[in-house]
Amino acid sequence: MLEARKIAFRYTRYQAWLFKELDFCLAPGEIVGLPGPSGMGKSTLAKMLAGYLLPQEGSLLMDGHPLKQREFCPVQLLFQHPELAVNPRWKIRDVLKEANPPSPDILKKLSIDEKWMERYPHELSGGELQRICLARALDSRARYLLCDEMTSMLDALTQAAIWKVVLDIARERNLGLLVISHDQALISKLCKRTIDYFQNCGNQDQGLSFK
Amino acid sequence: MLDIRQLSISFSSYGFGLKKREIQAIRSLDLSINAGEVLAVVGQSGAGKSLLAHALLGVLPKNAHLSGVLTFKGKDLTPMEMSRLRGREIALVPQSMTCLNPLLHVGVQIARAAELSGVKPKASWNATLDALRRYRLDERVAQRFPFQLSGGMARRILTATATIGNADLILADEPTNGLDPLSANETLGHLRQLADTGKAVLLITHDIEAALLVSDRVTIFCGGVTVEDALARDFNGAGKLRHPYSRALWDALPGRGFIESLPIQSIGFQNGGCPFSVHCCNRKAQCDDILPEMKKQNNGRVRCWHA
Repeated sequence: MLEARKIAFRYTRYQAWLFKELDFCLAPGEIVGLPGPSGMGKSTLAKMLAGYLLPQEGSLLMDGHPLKQREFCPVQLLFQHPELAVNPRWKIRDVLKEANPPSPDILKKLSIDEKWMERYPHELSGGELQRICLARALDSRARYLLCDEMTSMLDALTQAAIWKVVLDIARERNLGLLVISHDQALISKLCKRTIDYFQNCGNQDQGLSFK
Repeated sequence: MLDIRQLSISFSSYGFGLKKREIQAIRSLDLSINAGEVLAVVGQSGAGKSLLAHALLGVLPKNAHLSGVLTFKGKDLTPMEMSRLRGREIALVPQSMTCLNPLLHVGVQIARAAELSGVKPKASWNATLDALRRYRLDERVAQRFPFQLSGGMARRILTATATIGNADLILADEPTNGLDPLSANETLGHLRQLADTGKAVLLITHDIEAALLVSDRVTIFCGGVTVEDALARDFNGAGKLRHPYSRALWDALPGRGFIESLPIQSIGFQNGGCPFSVHCCNRKAQCDDILPEMKKQNNGRVRCWHA
C-alpha cells in the first residue's frame, strides 16, 4: 500500500500551500484516477509520491515504511514529455541500463525494435520514446506506476496501444497505477476510483496565490 | 487563403564518418484552408504536423529540403515571403513552452508580439492585459517569469502571443494540450471567434473530440502523408470516414472503442505505398508499393486505393 498521510506542500515560504492535509492511498493492483485543473499541484503530488520531493508536513509511506533514497524506487513516475526524462546524450541502450536491463519479453510486448538501441533519444518519435521510458520504469522491482499525462502528447491509436500493454503488465504483476489526466473519458475508461481533491479547487489557477 | 500541394520535407544528416543519410519526414502533404475557417489537423504523432507549421514559417533547420507548391493569398510562399509574413500575417502558437524567453516577464513577451504584429506600442500593454483576462489569467501573471507558470498557464500565454495581433492565418500547434476541459474549451472557442471574424485557423491537435466542436474540416495525417480531408460532421460514427486509418484513429478514442485489438507496431514510414497498409484489412499488393493520389469523395478527399 502506497500512502500519504496529511501531507502539505508549498514551493517557497512566500507561496500559498499547494495542498494541505491531503490523504492518499493506492493499493497494489488498483487503478486510481487523478483529474483536476492545471496548476493545482497534481504533478507535484506525483513527484512527491515517487520520492523526488519531500512534503513539509505529514508522511509518505510504502507498506508502512518511508521510501528509501539511493536505491531503485519501487514507485516509478512517467512524465508527459519523455524527451525530458532521458539523458539526451545517451544512446537508448544506456538509457535502458539505468534500471535493470528490461527482459526480452517486455521489449517484445512494447514492440521496441533492437535497431533503436544504437540511436539517440531525438531520433525516436514521442510514442517510441515513451515506450522506452515505460520499459525502464517496468523494472521487476517496480510496484507502483504513476502516469502523469503519460499519453497526452500521443495520437489516439498510439495512446490506446500503450495503455493496452500497461494494463496487461499491471494485471500480471499486480501493480498499482495512478492515472493523472485531463481526459475525463480516459479516466472513466481506466479507473474504478478517482481522487477528487483537486477537482473542486476550481478557479484558483489565476496566479492569485502568488504573493 | 493557404494552399499546400505535394509538400515534402527531408533531412540530410551525416552518420558514421561521411556517410550521408536522408530522412524523409514528410512525403506528400496536401491541404487548403480558407478565410473564416478552422481546419483541424489530426493524426499520428511524428507524422509531421508540427513540421508543417515550422515549414510554413520558414523556420526549419538548415539541413532540411523542402519541395512542393505553397501559396498564401494567391502568392507563392517563398523563403523571403515567409520571413516577411511570420509574426505579422502568419502567427504560430508553439507547441513547447521552451519557446518563451526564460529571462523575460511573460507580459513583456506578449506585448512585444503585439507590437510586431501591428498593435501600436502605446496600446500594446493594455492589449496584453486584455489578452490575459481573456484566458482567465490574473494581471499579476504578466510579472512572472516562464518558470513560475504551470504547464496550462504557459500554454495560454503562448496562445495569447499568437492571437493578440492582426495575423490572418493562425497556426495553433497543440494549443490545448495539458489544459483542463474548461480552459481548453475557452481557448478553442476563442480560436473559433477569430475564424468568424475572417481569419483562418490551422488547429494541430490530438484531441479530436474537442477539435470537432469548433472546426469546419479535418485533415488527417499518417506517416508524412495526408490520407484524408473530411468534413467535421463526418465524424459521427456512421461510417462516413473514407480512409481506414481515420476510422482506426476515431475508434481508438477513450470515449469510443479504446483498446480493442490494436497493433502497437510503429507505422511504416519508409515504404513507398500507403503508410497504413500494414494494418489495413483490405490490403492489396499495390497498397504496399504505390502511394495513391488524393481523390474526391462525398465532399471530401481521400488517398486510398479502395475509395
